[in-house]
Formats: sequence, structure tokens, C-alpha cells
Amino acid sequence: MEEKEIITTPDEEQEYVINMGPQHPSTHGVLRLLVSLKGEKVKSIQPHVGYIHSGIEKMCESITYPQIIHLTDRMDYISAHINNEAVCLNVEKALEIDIPDRIKVIRTIMSELTRLQSHQLWWACFGMDLGGLTCFFYGLRDREKILDIFEETCGGRMIVSYNCPGGLMYDIHPNFQKRVKDFIKYFRKILPEYDQLLTGNVIFHERSRGIGKLTKEDAISFGVTGPTGRASGFSCDVRKHEPYSAYDRVQFKEILHTEGDTFARYIARIDEMWESMNIIEQLIDNIPEGPFAVKMKPVIKLPEGEYYQRVETARGELGVYIISDGNKNPYRVKFRSPNFSNLSVLNHIASGFKIADLVAIGGSLDLIIPDIDR
Amino acid sequence: MRSIINYLKEIIFGVWSLLKGMKVTGSYFFRPGTIVTQKYPSNRKDLVMFDRFKGEVVMPHNEKNEHKCTGCGICELNCPNGTIEIISKTIITEDGKKKKAIDKHIYRLSMCTFCALCVKTCPSNALAFSQKFEHAVFNRALLIKTLNKPGSQLMKGVE
Ligand code: SF4
Ligand code: SF4
Repeated sequence: MEEKEIITTPDEEQEYVINMGPQHPSTHGVLRLLVSLKGEKVKSIQPHVGYIHSGIEKMCESITYPQIIHLTDRMDYISAHINNEAVCLNVEKALEIDIPDRIKVIRTIMSELTRLQSHQLWWACFGMDLGGLTCFFYGLRDREKILDIFEETCGGRMIVSYNCPGGLMYDIHPNFQKRVKDFIKYFRKILPEYDQLLTGNVIFHERSRGIGKLTKEDAISFGVTGPTGRASGFSCDVRKHEPYSAYDRVQFKEILHTEGDTFARYIARIDEMWESMNIIEQLIDNIPEGPFAVKMKPVIKLPEGEYYQRVETARGELGVYIISDGNKNPYRVKFRSPNFSNLSVLNHIASGFKIADLVAIGGSLDLIIPDIDR
Repeated sequence: MRSIINYLKEIIFGVWSLLKGMKVTGSYFFRPGTIVTQKYPSNRKDLVMFDRFKGEVVMPHNEKNEHKCTGCGICELNCPNGTIEIISKTIITEDGKKKKAIDKHIYRLSMCTFCALCVKTCPSNALAFSQKFEHAVFNRALLIKTLNKPGSQLMKGVE
């Protein structure tokens, strides 16, 4: 019998390519990562996006400005309110409308509540990704309280659609202030529990310290924003640098860390939760009186031109770019979504680490897939 | 020697950090009431939703089977995804004038995104949100609803 020749290649060239996703619990959505491995080490990662591409930007071209709002809810559905606000601010800027203080303050409180619940959910999922299932239950329990506040005032839990060009859909519910204050009091007691449970945990330290280092230069060149960028020392908080709504009247620290590893990204988000609570506490007791919406024309038409507005969502900088040709529909809408840029850095920071670390690194980027595929 | 001490230190600190976490979980073990969010579906009977909750769009009727919808079609125009379809008819009023009125206000629950634009922009406040949230049905056709009840009429005084 003829013996077959077994072809062997030198060790360095052998690589094993696996698909992580599109259905993988740690990608939190339909993201497919083509990971080439050498042994257990990640050699390179190729993200394949577009599995749930919904064409939101294109859809926006055929609907009116108030109708765009409900689509932005569905981009980054965890910070829906902040997305709404971005479009509204842009439309209001284009029309040069003066927004009463009451609206600004309510929008800011709502944005910070959104950031809080987003970070709570992230904490819950991050803990679960690293094997701490208890975190998931505790995180969701506390998030439920904020969602109840949203439900009472906005009528929706995640998909709030609470903003409209010129103000808000409804006034705040009479219980709103009391509920928010109760929640802050409650959560100030609970947040140290998060630290005891996960932040100090030795297994968690081993899995996150020094893993997935991102330098400041790389953060800037990849356009990584949000807590992920700030954990690398990139000062990119839009709330600080270009204050919108009521952020210019509150005192808060921009959380900056220099380590840039998974643990720094974790700590940055935990610190942001404390800051969000500070901001809410400064505003909740002095919501000015006034109307909750400015009277707008039934058909909103923006003057011809280009408009851009940035806001800080829970994951980074969201930019809304509208080109108007003077009609009731925009000519072109472009969203600069934070998650897309944050995903682009994954190959850079995760290659060289073990495949199990990829889960930790991906979790610390806090990706929301519909925002990438919008 | 030093490395052994460090090694032991690490182990002790590690175990200590785990115990700290277990203290938290252990304490919840004895007060489970603080960790439960909702016992759905066993609390279905006394579950009260918030009155602004956007369950589905309905058209409130009064006891005389009258609604406020004039059939103007503004909600259809404002709905971003064609959920609403207005089929109007011409009726002859008591003083012999021809008038447009609503024949069928069709609402496709399967397409609704609960943006509340229809409810907000309706000039005669004919629409509202109900708090019903259990929408599962076996046949998709059941999700196409006619909001004005059969035989209903326009409320007096609503133009
Ligand atoms: S529900 Fe309101 S907006 Fe829609 S057709 Fe009737 S009156 Fe007009
Ligand atoms: S809530 Fe929005 S999507 Fe639903 S019917 Fe009304 S306008 Fe259409």
C-alpha cells in the first residue's frame, strides 16, 4: 500500500480559526468575531458586523424629524434616552430654539439615570461573563428600580421615546422626584456591595489586571471614547468639553485613569456611577418651573444646511450629523456611534492574550451591537 | 523565604476577598425578600401597571358607544411605520349635509413601535394607551385590530 505523505507546516504558521458568535452569550448580540488562534493565544480578530443591520440612517431620510426619535431608541437601546436627546438637540440647534431650563434639567436627570442603569446592566453582564452569576441578579435588581422610574414617567422601560424636538413628550410624573431620591439613597448603600462582591475579588483581579492594555495614543487614534477611552487617560467627556443641556451648571469630575487595562475600564465605570448620582442629586431638588415643551410648528422643516451635535452616551461619544435641504425629511442623517469605534480597537488590544481573556476584554468594552449595525 | 511569605500572603488575601463577597451573598440568603423584583406571573391578579405605560393604542368609548375620532387621518400621517390605516366614509348629518366620518380605524399591533406620536398629535384626543401588555396570540391576524367598536358613533360636540 502506498503511504500518504503527511504535510506538515512549521509551527509558526499553524493557526486555528474559530468563529466567536454570531450567537455567543458574551458578545451580547449578533456580533461575529473571526478569531485566529495559535494554541490558546489570540493571533488576530476580525469582527464581522452587519448581522442585524437595520438601515436606520437610510430610513431616517424618508421620515420626518419627530419620527426619527423613535428609531434612535433602537440603536443603542441601553442609552435610548441619550440618543433621543442628541437628535432633539440637533434639531433645536438648527431651528435656533431657546429651550426652557425645566426641559434642560429634566433631560439631564434622565440622561444620568440612563447612564446609571446602563452601567448597572454592564456590571451585571460583565460579572456574568467572568463567571460571577450572582452579579447578574444584583445588577438587574437595582436596574429594575430605574426602569420603574422610566416606566412611570415615560411609559416605556428601555425604549422610552421621551424626547421630542422642542422638549419632552409629557411632564414628569408627580412621584418622579420622590422616587429618584429614594433610589439614590438606596443605591448609595448598594454600590459598596458591588465592590465587595466583584471589585475586590481575587479571581476577578487575576482575570482583569494588565489584560487588554490600551494606551492613550491608541485610544485617540482609534477614536475610542467613553469610559473605555477615559480609562486610558484620554480626556473625552463631551459633558465636560462641550456641555449641553444642564451639564454646565453641575459640578462633577471627569473620571480619568491611566492604566488602560480591563480593570481600569471596570473602575472607570464604577466611578462614573458615583458621579452620575452626584449630578442627579444636585439637580433633583431644583427642577425649575415652566413648560415641558416648546410649541413647535406641526411640520418641522430645518433650514438648508449641515448640523452636528455630540452627546456623551453611556458608551462614548454619539454624533448626529444632519444635512437638510429645507424639506420636512432630512437629506442625509449620519450617526457617529461610539460602539463602532470601540469595536475597532478589539483586534489591537486582545491579540496576544488568551482566548478566555477575549471575553473579559470584549465585556469591558461594553459593546451594544445594534449601535454598531445601525 | 520572602517569596514563600508573599505566596502565603496572596493566598490569605485571596481567600479573604472571596469571603467578603460571600458575606454579601450569604446575607441575602437570609433576607430573600430584598432580592426579588417581581413574582410574575403569580402576581398577575394584583399587578397594577403605571397609568402611563404604553401597552397598546386604544380608542376609549363612553357608555353610549361613542368615541371622539373624526377620521381626520392625522394619526395615520404621523405614524412612522404605517401602523394605522384610516378608512373613512361619507355620512349625511341630520341637517342634510355630507360629512366625512370614520368607518374603520385599523391598528396593526404587530407593527406598532409605541412612539406615542399618534396619541399625542390626535387633535380630538381620541386615542389613548391601555396598560395591557400580554399580547401573545396564536394567529398573527388577531393583531390587526379595528379600534372603533362596531356601531359606534362620534361623540356629540366633537368636530
Ligand atoms: S384618531 Fe385622532 S388623529 Fe386619528 S383619525 Fe381619529 S381624530 Fe384624527
Ligand atoms: S404609537 Fe407610534 S407606531 Fe404605534 S400606532 Fe401610534 S404612531 Fe404608530
